[in-house]
Amino acid sequence: MSQSNRLAAGGLIDRASSIGFTFDGRRYAGHPGDTLASALLANGVKLVGRSFKYHRPRGVLTAGSEEPNALVELRSGARREPNAKATVAELYDGLEATSQNRWPSLAFDLMAVNQLASPVFVAGFYYKTFMWPAKFWEKLYEPMIRRAAGLGRLSGEADPDSYEKITAHCDVLVIGSGPAGLAAALAAGRSGARVILAEEDFALGGRLNSDRRLIGDKTSAAWAAEAVAELESLPEVTVLRRTPVVGVYDDGVYAALERVSDHMREPGAHQPRQRLWRIVAKRSVLAAGALERPIPFGGNDTPGVMLASAVRTYLNRFGVAPGKRAVVYANNDDAAATIADLAAAGCEVVAVVDARGDAPALHAAARAARASLVFGGAIARAYGGRSLKGCEIVDGRGGGFKVACDLIAVSGGWNPSIQLTTHLSARPVWDDRLAAFLPGARPVGMEVAGAAEGAYGLGDALAAGFRAGAAAAEACGFAAGAVDVPATDQEPGDTHGRGPWRSPVKRGKAFVDFQNDVTVSDVELAAREGFKSVEHLKRYTTLGMATDQGRTSNVLGLALMAEITGRSIPETGITAARAPFTPVAIGALAGAHRHKEFRPTRLPPSHFWAEEQGAVFTETGQWMRAAYFPRPGEKDWFESAVREVTTVRTAVGVYDASTLGKIDIQGADAGVFLDRVYVNAFSSLAVGKARYGLMLREDGVAMDDGTTTRLGETHYYMTTTTANAGGVMRHLELCKQWLWPELDVHFSSVTDQWAQYAIAGPRSREVVAALVDEGFDVSNEALPYMGARELTVCGGVKARLFRLSFSGELAYELAVPARYGDAMIRAIIKAGEPFGICPYGAEALAIMRIEKGHAAGPELNGNTTAADLGMGKMLSKKKDFIGRTMSGREAFLDPERPSLVGFRPVDRSARLRSGAHFVPRGETPSAANDQGYMTSTAYSPSNGHWIGLGFLARGPERMGEIVRAYDPVRGGDVEVEVVSPVFVDPEGARLRG
Amino acid sequence: MRIACPFCGPRGVDEFAYLGDATVKRPNADAPDALPAFVEYVYLRDNPAGLHRELWQHALGCQSWLVVTRNVRTHVIDQVEAARDVAAARSSEAE
Repeated sequence: MSQSNRLAAGGLIDRASSIGFTFDGRRYAGHPGDTLASALLANGVKLVGRSFKYHRPRGVLTAGSEEPNALVELRSGARREPNAKATVAELYDGLEATSQNRWPSLAFDLMAVNQLASPVFVAGFYYKTFMWPAKFWEKLYEPMIRRAAGLGRLSGEADPDSYEKITAHCDVLVIGSGPAGLAAALAAGRSGARVILAEEDFALGGRLNSDRRLIGDKTSAAWAAEAVAELESLPEVTVLRRTPVVGVYDDGVYAALERVSDHMREPGAHQPRQRLWRIVAKRSVLAAGALERPIPFGGNDTPGVMLASAVRTYLNRFGVAPGKRAVVYANNDDAAATIADLAAAGCEVVAVVDARGDAPALHAAARAARASLVFGGAIARAYGGRSLKGCEIVDGRGGGFKVACDLIAVSGGWNPSIQLTTHLSARPVWDDRLAAFLPGARPVGMEVAGAAEGAYGLGDALAAGFRAGAAAAEACGFAAGAVDVPATDQEPGDTHGRGPWRSPVKRGKAFVDFQNDVTVSDVELAAREGFKSVEHLKRYTTLGMATDQGRTSNVLGLALMAEITGRSIPETGITAARAPFTPVAIGALAGAHRHKEFRPTRLPPSHFWAEEQGAVFTETGQWMRAAYFPRPGEKDWFESAVREVTTVRTAVGVYDASTLGKIDIQGADAGVFLDRVYVNAFSSLAVGKARYGLMLREDGVAMDDGTTTRLGETHYYMTTTTANAGGVMRHLELCKQWLWPELDVHFSSVTDQWAQYAIAGPRSREVVAALVDEGFDVSNEALPYMGARELTVCGGVKARLFRLSFSGELAYELAVPARYGDAMIRAIIKAGEPFGICPYGAEALAIMRIEKGHAAGPELNGNTTAADLGMGKMLSKKKDFIGRTMSGREAFLDPERPSLVGFRPVDRSARLRSGAHFVPRGETPSAANDQGYMTSTAYSPSNGHWIGLGFLARGPERMGEIVRAYDPVRGGDVEVEVVSPVFVDPEGARLRG
Repeated sequence: MRIACPFCGPRGVDEFAYLGDATVKRPNADAPDALPAFVEYVYLRDNPAGLHRELWQHALGCQSWLVVTRNVRTHVIDQVEAARDVAAARSSEAE
């Protein structure tokens, strides 16, 4: 457990405490403050993964979330997380990591034979190679490719962790905590503005911790620590660690993902794993910094090849030497610091290869480190396989030599992290001097500061940060005042990296996009084959399309394509980024909205009583409804439902109808308003009367139906179907506010305020009479069919009693305030006992409504008109109403349109099924002979056979005719007779009795 | 996106429900050419690239229907008005 590459001192790690972790089952030790990558490097582990396509050995390239190589599986069991970046994963005691995409082991991967077939796996290989025979694709090619080329494995188990979402408002959001970000947060925070500072890393400071710089008389890391301490002392400043801002949205809305518990073995009690922040900020300062880009050369993916800035991060922040003998390959002066830091850490710098001509800064650094220096040279090839052993260097004059090394630090210039400026589709702008894309138009309210806008120097970044933070606070009405920007030590020189973009020597595979295994020759191939625009390049080679969003490869690929085709970079194209900036787990986007929290369950007032009765429930939309109430000895739902129907038709039953939508409508113009939304008239309805109403959409199609009762001169009470309650409410508000604002009418949804029970059956009046308080007459004369009145029940409970029937029997609906709902159902059952009452559920209700030919969901299916439903005569000719004009469309008046009729099987023992299509007897079933379809079927206890409702062309004219109900899906082919849709009591004598 | 409800103040777009074009006007059903006018009202929509007037409802808020003038290319919202005010102004203009 020796950390052989750990330096003796330095770094932001807690050396006093040691924590254990495993990688591919082997135990290692690290320190708090390490990432998995830094701890592996400290232990001398360089090989951490295999590449996507060729299964080449890969190591650690970077020290941040741009990492394309070091992807691992973290944890095990249900918590296994694939494709985690070792450079981001914070080390904790007991961390388990496993390499991925290798078989049987990381060191010996049989799939690496893919490299031998690499001529086949070039850009666009899946378009070219697996074309035919077509049937081989699904059976052979796709499974084979999926097995061979891939990333980590999902756990296949339900995620045991929870996630949450939070919304926060602030004046200034600062994104990134490097020099510019800390300065911006300080300037804004000191003014008293509400500031949120979001940093993706667990340590604040960015490159202040990675570089050995001086700010005033302090080291840059010490200055960062002091700045953080000050920010945390300011009451209006919120510091979010481990929180990348992942998306920018309109009107100052930002998404950020806080990794609350990813640095622990498992989340603490009542803690989520991750928290998705929606931050609404008046202003923001993007201080996301810049990322170094590599220079491609043969074998540049060998473990041990690393970005020069990442080398400094491992040396200075983690106290780890990523190698003992280093070669530095650069096209700019930034690597001078890497040379100096390697030398200071006791590492040998054997050679410095400057791709440019004479450059004094690197010259001086190399001399100080006693390294041999090659101007105008290049690395021709790195070698070593699973671990770097050396490289071949060519000088500018055609000579070459080999050096042994275990680290190559590469510096190809910098790419400002401008992704968040492009999420709202603004295009970046190429800057020739900086050789970089800079932010174009900023999202409204966003300023960009520091390296993200090309101000690479430490002093410039600090000054820009203070300026941007102060400006943002002032834009929010705070007085920021003047700031003394602290002095900094000497800047490194020309760090812009204007090329060369690649090693001129072609030997072996030179990778541009490491994660998707795209090489320089793939880019050349794409150019040869005509895929020259950047959008084509991307899609043909998959360059930049991996989970790292091409952060180390996009600009490089573009520059290479420009060079190959002899065009400028802006001519070649620009790619904009889309959210998310770093991958976001679906669980975090869902937050708490999982399972029942996604779609809550609504319980009608009788629910707990129904549970006591042993009811079996069914979900109808969000509602949990009793489907049937089984009794001992009943073997299935059918037996129970048939018994419940028979009880209602011969004695009395009770049903909880509270799930119907209920809308209270009041105002002087309430009647006029209802006339305009229903096809039939309601202004003429007498007080104390209810009426069935049908609503159409403006296109003439039926929308909803229900009964509406006039409780007073200016007071109506509407019921809607259970499913459409919300939609009807919304429709009424639209009609009132937008179409007829001059009408005096108001609505209130009272669905949850009233418990409403249907009491149905020949003995129902006796039950109701036992419930209403003395003095209220419920006789047929006092409360006739479709009558309604307000009264009290059970000794003073306010109630509404409606003489309505869905079942077709003598029936009432009794509504009481919802808080009495549970007591009411118990009282109804008690009062009904002498009359043989039973509760009935949704199954019995469905049977009875089909027996009565009432349209419901299957008939009000969004395709049917009033005339189709047999209600054409209800359409008032005296008034305009929604849908009236469009009901007169030619196609709707076509007499061949299927309309509602009933069906019964010629062979009375046959079963009917909804979904069957009607075909004339003797005709072949075909679309041309299709005359309609069956919508609802049930076994009718009252008739003793199956019955059905459906739409049939010229249906009402064809009573007694026999047609085929043809159901190829379930193999049904039944002869049915066309009959009236009302199967029980067609004269309606029972309801009026 | 955020919409400034005239009654509740600026709120996240997820509190609002979108309906569609607010430039169409329900025709007079008693006019002789009512049917073609209704066909146009129900089905025909312009698809402007730029400013558009749309009906939204503050459905998870005050239930108000709103006319939102929005640039559909940039999502920049120029104006939010109560639908009933727009409707009232429109009918008084017509008179």
